[in-house]
Amino acid sequence: MTKKIKNLNLNFGPQHPAAHGVLRLILELDGEVVEKADPHIGLLHRGTEKLIENKTYMQAVPYFDRLDYVAPMNQEHAFALAIEKILKIDVPIRAQFIRVIFCEIGRILSHILNVTTQALDVGALTPSLWGFEERETLMGFYERASGSRLHANYFRAGGVHQDLPSGLEEDIAKFCKTFPKIIDDLESLLTDNRIFKQRNVDIGIVTKDDALDYSFSGVMVRGSGIPWDLRKSQPYDCYDQLEFKIPVGKNGDCYDRYLCRIEEMKESVSIINQCLVKMEKGAIKSSDGKITPPPKKDLKQSMEALIHHFKLFTEGYRVPKDEIYTAVEAPKGEFGVYLISDGSSKPYKCKIRAPGFSHLQAMDYLIKGHMLADVPAVLGSMDIVFGEVDR
Amino acid sequence: MKTLEDLEKKINSELTTKINRTEIKHSQLYIDIDKKDLIDVTLFIKTNHETKFRQLIDITVIDYPENNQRFEMVYLFLSHEFNQRIILKYFISESEIIPTLTSIFPAANWMEREVFDMYGVSFKDHPDLRRILTDYGFEGHPLRKDFPLTGHTEVRYSEDKKKVINEPVKLEQNYRNFDYESPWEGTKYIKEEIDNNDKKN
Repeated sequence: MTKKIKNLNLNFGPQHPAAHGVLRLILELDGEVVEKADPHIGLLHRGTEKLIENKTYMQAVPYFDRLDYVAPMNQEHAFALAIEKILKIDVPIRAQFIRVIFCEIGRILSHILNVTTQALDVGALTPSLWGFEERETLMGFYERASGSRLHANYFRAGGVHQDLPSGLEEDIAKFCKTFPKIIDDLESLLTDNRIFKQRNVDIGIVTKDDALDYSFSGVMVRGSGIPWDLRKSQPYDCYDQLEFKIPVGKNGDCYDRYLCRIEEMKESVSIINQCLVKMEKGAIKSSDGKITPPPKKDLKQSMEALIHHFKLFTEGYRVPKDEIYTAVEAPKGEFGVYLISDGSSKPYKCKIRAPGFSHLQAMDYLIKGHMLADVPAVLGSMDIVFGEVDR
Repeated sequence: MKTLEDLEKKINSELTTKINRTEIKHSQLYIDIDKKDLIDVTLFIKTNHETKFRQLIDITVIDYPENNQRFEMVYLFLSHEFNQRIILKYFISESEIIPTLTSIFPAANWMEREVFDMYGVSFKDHPDLRRILTDYGFEGHPLRKDFPLTGHTEVRYSEDKKKVINEPVKLEQNYRNFDYESPWEGTKYIKEEIDNNDKKN
């Protein structure tokens, strides 16, 4: 007697806790083996690019916080750099150091979240409890610098919004002393853990060629053994004055990507330390009155400052007609902004290149032939945040 | 190629007939081509051992509604080996169907779906041309310049029908776009007008 067997279609999400947001993944299963995965995205689509076209350059910055909301300032950085390159303005060295410090804090924020939730997806609860305590401290630093724990709106074209409050540098330095111990603790829970390794080693292998063909970036290419990091290869701000290593994986599986992230956090701590040592007092934004608002105390004294202030916060600064693509090494990979300016105070077009978009696209390729239980592990190691995928 | 200038020369000499214009700015190479040469040029820069643009970073469109050829297609490429970027561009009109890059770069699949969704540009031989970011059953192409910022429909849960329904957007107050633009540097436009009048007279 023969029986007809049909493949099972399974809806994974959009409210699945391991989908890391609102991902609807339609899986075709043959028994427990995934035959096909079709991610449906866009459930968090807010039309960021359309909104940015209708806002002035300064008003557009907060939208970047809301893309990859676990590392907000890294996105703002790409936008600020794009405008600075078109306007050809120099950023004071102190502002560059502040921006790098907060980008690296963003990297740690993102990697803690990813490493610990990836562990959570495969069954380990404790790392997330330990890791989130550190995220709390780091978001405290965000708040003290920008006034907001998550949606910072802190980077400006030409520098940063305001100087660091007194005592913050010392506290960040203190954090850098204690944090490596926490990374070691996390590692003692995960790196040699039998269950964690069984769930991650040899799962979701990406070869070098495929990593390039699928437009992977960040940890997804480094995990496969390609030493590529925009901070080194196309340095922006003061990254060329800093010394750091680029951790590279060997096998391109989920476990190697986990190891890369752990090592990157250690490198980030060292970068922050170097910045704190090299940083000196000084200006924190460009002195061009047409781009950056005047200091508050000048408003009551100087007519010119008052006019500049008024014009900046109504019309905004104008950016000459040009086009540019700038990319930064965000925690998740190459985050790029393709900006078209038309000489007015609003961008004509601002295309956002989100690393997660390309990574999620390869879900079908990565998961084909794996078991259903590997879906969360692979998804976790890709480091997907829907704010940036859906835009 | 070691430098962008070498790369520019190389591409101009190897693909003479296919390249309309090249320019280097912001340490990137901008190339204008024709639609029909897209596949050839892409294959060349991907496979040639002196260029090796192995990564397609993004595909996007710029909409100029006042132009005859309304859309400008933009392709961003990256070469890891030589640490260079190319921006490839060409104009198409609204009804044109353009070749897909999915056979050369699998990553082009979703990027082209996004372009289709946001601008309504169709791709020939694309394996899976569906909407990607907008809702199921969405109408229109949101990133076109003539699509209103507030959209056409809004969504709410209807207690009567016991389901989520679409209805036309109702705003308490219309979206207002204030025109703040006035000359920052004194009155340049008046000077220009005077100059123009002088010429006429």
